[in-house]
Amino acid sequence: MRNNAWLRIAIRAPLAACFVMAATATPGTPRPQDYATVKGDLGQAGGWLVVALRSEPKTLNPILSIDATSREVIGAMNADLVHINRGTQRTEPALAKSWSISPDGRKYTLQLRRGVKFSDGVPFTADDVVFSFQLYLDENLHSPQRDLLIVSDKPIAVKKIDAYTVEFELAKPYGPAERIFDGLAMMPKHLLEESYRHGKLSQMWGTNGRPEEMAGLGPFHLREYLPGQRMVLERNAHYWKTDSSGVRLPYLANLTFLLVPTEDAQVIKFQSGETQVLERASADNFNLLQKDAKSETECLSDLGPGLEFVFLLFNMNSLDAAKSADIVAKQTWFRELKFRQAVSLAMDRKGMARLVYNGRATPIWGNVSPGNKLWLNTSIPHPERSLEQAKVLLQAAGFSWDAGGGLLDAQKRRVTFTILVSSSNAQRSKLATIAQDDLKQLGMEVQVVPSEFRALVDRVLNTKDYEGVLMNLVNGDVDPTPEMNLWLSNGETHLWNLGEPKPATAWEAELDKLMEAQMTSPDYASRKKLYDRVQEIAAQNLPFIFLVSPNILVGAQNSIGNFRPGIIEPYALWNVDQLFVRKPGAEKCQ
Amino acid sequence: MNSRWRNTLFITALAALHLFVIFPGFFAPYDYAAQDRELPFVPPSRLHFVDSGGAFHVRPFVYAWREASDSSGAYAEDRTQVRRVRFFVRGSPYAVIGGWAGRFHLFGVDQPGRIFLFGTDYFGRDEFSRMLYGGRISLFAGWFGATVALLVGGLAGVLSGYCGKWIDAVVMRLVELFLALPWLYLLFAVRAALPLRIRTVDAFFLLVGVVGLVGWARPARLIRGIVLSAKERNFVLAARAMGASDLHILYKHVLPQTYDTLLTMAALLVPQFILAEVTLSFLGLGVAEPVPSWGSLLAELQKYSVLTSYWWMYLPATALVGVFLAYHWASSALQEKLRAGNA
Repeated sequence: MRNNAWLRIAIRAPLAACFVMAATATPGTPRPQDYATVKGDLGQAGGWLVVALRSEPKTLNPILSIDATSREVIGAMNADLVHINRGTQRTEPALAKSWSISPDGRKYTLQLRRGVKFSDGVPFTADDVVFSFQLYLDENLHSPQRDLLIVSDKPIAVKKIDAYTVEFELAKPYGPAERIFDGLAMMPKHLLEESYRHGKLSQMWGTNGRPEEMAGLGPFHLREYLPGQRMVLERNAHYWKTDSSGVRLPYLANLTFLLVPTEDAQVIKFQSGETQVLERASADNFNLLQKDAKSETECLSDLGPGLEFVFLLFNMNSLDAAKSADIVAKQTWFRELKFRQAVSLAMDRKGMARLVYNGRATPIWGNVSPGNKLWLNTSIPHPERSLEQAKVLLQAAGFSWDAGGGLLDAQKRRVTFTILVSSSNAQRSKLATIAQDDLKQLGMEVQVVPSEFRALVDRVLNTKDYEGVLMNLVNGDVDPTPEMNLWLSNGETHLWNLGEPKPATAWEAELDKLMEAQMTSPDYASRKKLYDRVQEIAAQNLPFIFLVSPNILVGAQNSIGNFRPGIIEPYALWNVDQLFVRKPGAEKCQ
Repeated sequence: MNSRWRNTLFITALAALHLFVIFPGFFAPYDYAAQDRELPFVPPSRLHFVDSGGAFHVRPFVYAWREASDSSGAYAEDRTQVRRVRFFVRGSPYAVIGGWAGRFHLFGVDQPGRIFLFGTDYFGRDEFSRMLYGGRISLFAGWFGATVALLVGGLAGVLSGYCGKWIDAVVMRLVELFLALPWLYLLFAVRAALPLRIRTVDAFFLLVGVVGLVGWARPARLIRGIVLSAKERNFVLAARAMGASDLHILYKHVLPQTYDTLLTMAALLVPQFILAEVTLSFLGLGVAEPVPSWGSLLAELQKYSVLTSYWWMYLPATALVGVFLAYHWASSALQEKLRAGNA
């Protein structure tokens, strides 16, 4: 089960494809329709696609959704102004057909497509854009996207210029530029304005919402929802994209999400052909599918490392010495850099990748996985595993060993601690077992404590009642800006030391500066330089002991055309508007 | 004669089993936590008597496993490396009850070879050793848990059924309360209240406690029903008419009626409680890695990839079926004996 949904660093929504811009209209001559034309194989209209969902979506309201499942479903029903293409990892026009940025980098002027309609047939205009941003920025609605729309403590200002032109003004230049618009679904003002005025917006479009009360700009709209069973979406006849021959997308007539709570059951359903796309498989099941005789009808792809990183984290929060005396005593170890370096040196990352992921994972020494080629700092050292060096470091930090080989600290206390791990994630439990054995070789007595996922998150984020924890984070984008709340000392996911009133160490202060600077730097080269330094600091100071980055493993039946998965979520369904069912006999893998 | 023979056999088998489980260090060739990261999911070692050259060996031997060259992750026997089986070998140290440390193992093979009777798991740990060590916790936690549940349940049931009136009402409402409680959430709360580090010994008593606490209600109901019907039987009424005391009636006439049920329940509850440990481990209330338990060995099997790819992971399950069957037979043998005694 992938249950880290709401812990991801940034939250973004899916959908779009490789665009070729429609010929730009001459200013002043209104065109009846501004369709986006999409490259790809020409498919035929019709057909069903069935995809498994791992958990029930919590809401269908794009303003409120946090969990990955909700966002996946919402992504198929909504659209954003500018979209990050999951294949190329670059932005491309979506509901905005073009945009310009003022020379000072603070004003964005977006031209909307003309003639675009919501799935209920009502035209989409600048009023809907202004209304949508009003919702995202409303403090009372607590939209998770709100944080991303606040640059230098000032919310982004939205102004309607005319029915098809919107201007956005930022307090400072914004490094990621138009990437800011990705994942922000445009909402229908005509349907939601009244409930918003009555303060009832948060009750709209819940999972009990009626299909006729909803409308979106995505390729599909809701037809039927049976809680606990399935969700059936129907083709949006008003969708604003066409293929290169002018046929209106999406090709599929229906998209069904089936609720299948365990990964094993999903794999079995995929094997039997009951579902046509497998969104993410574990390495074990992926290998199993590959070995399976039937795998000729399944197109399986290993996309290499994704944007997820798994790490070991020590509790370095400032705690109440009376209440958590035990942990506070151990924090003298955790805060010792040499201790963390020794732990990092003892980790058998290659063994982890091989045993736990069947080699379908990459050892990492920093937060940026090799999958993120644009931002990876390739000069970060990859020290080989060495217990001898680790022991030298420990000795230098005042640690010693007793007759039985047990590690003692400077006060001659035995070094023992617990590592918390989510019991619902088999892979992470296994990583913890390996880490435990690795640390035993240094004389550390580690106990692995399996915990139910929500209880674990509660301990890490709220009660801070833990010693070590093995967990993961998934970046929602390749760009570093969504990591702001991870690296800023007052960030919400600054996990190792949450809620610092001011940076606790000099390197954390530097991280603050670097992250702020990269966010407001205009060009990639200078941002890359700043972010390289962030990675360097993280690798030197090890607030996280980075372990591995698992590969993204997906599959589809060979009857599905245009299947081109990417490493940014949603891996497989980002171009659902282009997916089609091949004619019998024409099956093949891309 | 025949049944006596059979009973002796079961009792010997069970005694041997408990001996294995009480002294796993000696019977297991390796430490339960020893990982061999080069040999994950190795199939069970095959015992050979005839080597690749056709020569016969009196002392059985195994070949070393090496990864097959086709990079499929499968293993092949390396015929060039013969590892003879030895008995009473020195190996990794282990603690025996009373703090005494042992170094001798019942069997092993020539160094640096390894023998895996049940194959290995994810981390290259010997499944056979883990199975033996796992019994230490699971078997006794299952046993003690069942005993606690049946003692408390039996007592409550007898009291409730025999005394009736308000006692019956109170006990039965309590039973209903216990059956209706949302245990999962209560266990969450228990876990949150406990310190993160739980020693294996504490985990053991925790298991017994939780399992007994959750498990007493059903037996109580069942026993109450039996006692209710038993106390109206003619011979009980006759005893009462002859002036027998309540204690005498209970002890001589009513309780014997419940033995059958209690024994059957015990035979059913022990395996059930061993499996309950899996759920508790999931909540962080059971024994944690790397300490094995039968529950955790079985839990591995729930994974689809393991289930379909590594047949030897079934071996602990098959062995456990045998163990549970032995208990069943032992309990029916005991029932027979009781019946014979009553008659």
